Amino acid sequence: MSFDVPEGLHYRESHEWIDPETGRVGITDFAQDELGDVVFVELPSEGDAVEAGAEFGVIESIKAVSDLYAPASGAVTAVNEALFDAPELVNDDPFGEGWMLQLDVDEGDLDDLLTAEEYADQIA
Amino acid sequence: MTLRKPPLREAHAARGAKFTEFGGWDMPVEFDSIRAEHTAVREAAGVFDVSHMGEIVVAGPDAGTLVDRLTTNDVAALDVGDAQYAAITREDGVMLDDTVVYRLPDEVREDGAVPAYLFVPNAGHDAESHERWVAHRDERALDCEVRNVTEDWAMFAVQGPDAPGLVADAVDAGGPDLLDLSRFSATYAPIAGAECWVARTGYTGEDGFEVLCPWDAAEDVWGLFAEDAAPCGLGARDTLRMERGFLLSGQDFHPEDEPRTPYEADIGFVVDLDTDFVGRDALAEQAETGVEETFVGLELLDRGVPRHGYDVTDENGHVVGVVTSGTMSPSLDKPIALGYLPVDLTDPGTEVNVVVRGREKRAKVVTVPFE
Repeated sequence: MSFDVPEGLHYRESHEWIDPETGRVGITDFAQDELGDVVFVELPSEGDAVEAGAEFGVIESIKAVSDLYAPASGAVTAVNEALFDAPELVNDDPFGEGWMLQLDVDEGDLDDLLTAEEYADQIA
Repeated sequence: MTLRKPPLREAHAARGAKFTEFGGWDMPVEFDSIRAEHTAVREAAGVFDVSHMGEIVVAGPDAGTLVDRLTTNDVAALDVGDAQYAAITREDGVMLDDTVVYRLPDEVREDGAVPAYLFVPNAGHDAESHERWVAHRDERALDCEVRNVTEDWAMFAVQGPDAPGLVADAVDAGGPDLLDLSRFSATYAPIAGAECWVARTGYTGEDGFEVLCPWDAAEDVWGLFAEDAAPCGLGARDTLRMERGFLLSGQDFHPEDEPRTPYEADIGFVVDLDTDFVGRDALAEQAETGVEETFVGLELLDRGVPRHGYDVTDENGHVVGVVTSGTMSPSLDKPIALGYLPVDLTDPGTEVNVVVRGREKRAKVVTVPFE
């Protein structure tokens, strides 16, 4: 099975992505497939601060509960509230409508993350 | 520990199934998506590999006496081809397992025919069941064989509104018409050239059959069913049974972790106090005095997913019970849970809380099946 790993995004080993242009954060195609049908997400509120590598929320599928880890530090500028009523968007479109947070990323904080190529190797 | 493998382990893997350990077996948990599989069973048909279920045959002149002694229900009521749900209890009435007992056709021996029974312990319980049955047989000097045939038989559950027709069509020419079988009846039928034991039973709340087929015929028999029924894993099996409020042995009751009697687990209908089984006296006493806690359904009113082990609290925040099973119901699209509560909190509509990651989520008691 092959999974989407879009170029231009940065990735954490724990399967979260961040878009350096927009600051949007989500989980990868691989992660949503591992979890299966997503039924619940718990996310911080707008204005909260998240810290790189720390838990920022929880995602639950029918069969599993997983913590979500922030790929970068920063202030939450938007939360995808559509996921509260339609958590399956994470399965359907993990890099698009299934995004979770938008961050105002602290400067220089994306350096330790994986490139698309490195992340693709990790899940290969 | 090496996991036991169902005969089609590699075929399922080649099909892209994900696996989980269950009762010491390496079983498919999901083929496609739990939600899609669940929906297929509710709306059409699904086929589950449940070869991890145990099979024990008890045959001989005293077979009925032994099975009656070790299960709570009235085995004498079974004619050939009848199936019966029962609990297996200790002296104190606590359930060790639940099972279905089938009366097989008599076994023909040199000196005449003898009665034969098959019962199906849950995954991983076959060895201990076999040991228990043999010990009781020897203690009472009963004349019967007890054979653990778990790895002689694969087991497939074909479930859903389209399942009866599909299984009936799979029977070889000259075989019985399975549509004539009533609920909790079973018969031998040839499928893909193999003699299978087919019962109109299941664990999903839908119509359908459970099919025991010889281990080495598993691929052909599965192949016939999987042409028209969606392959389903244990994930969907679990969400389907939870919606109907069916117990999962080892999780909704467990001799050490969650010791419960059939009355507490709300399956008093499997207890026949007029039969002499291990645990009868304790259960007769509980039937008199009543239970302190009983098994109920809960529906969450707040957002969240209840899971096994989460506390249930009352309006004052005191822990009054625990969730033994919980999920987001795929059919009803709401969070549902099963668990035990003190009887004064079990009226439908009673408000309690389920504690999810340290936070109380409002919930109410409902009757099962959930709707």
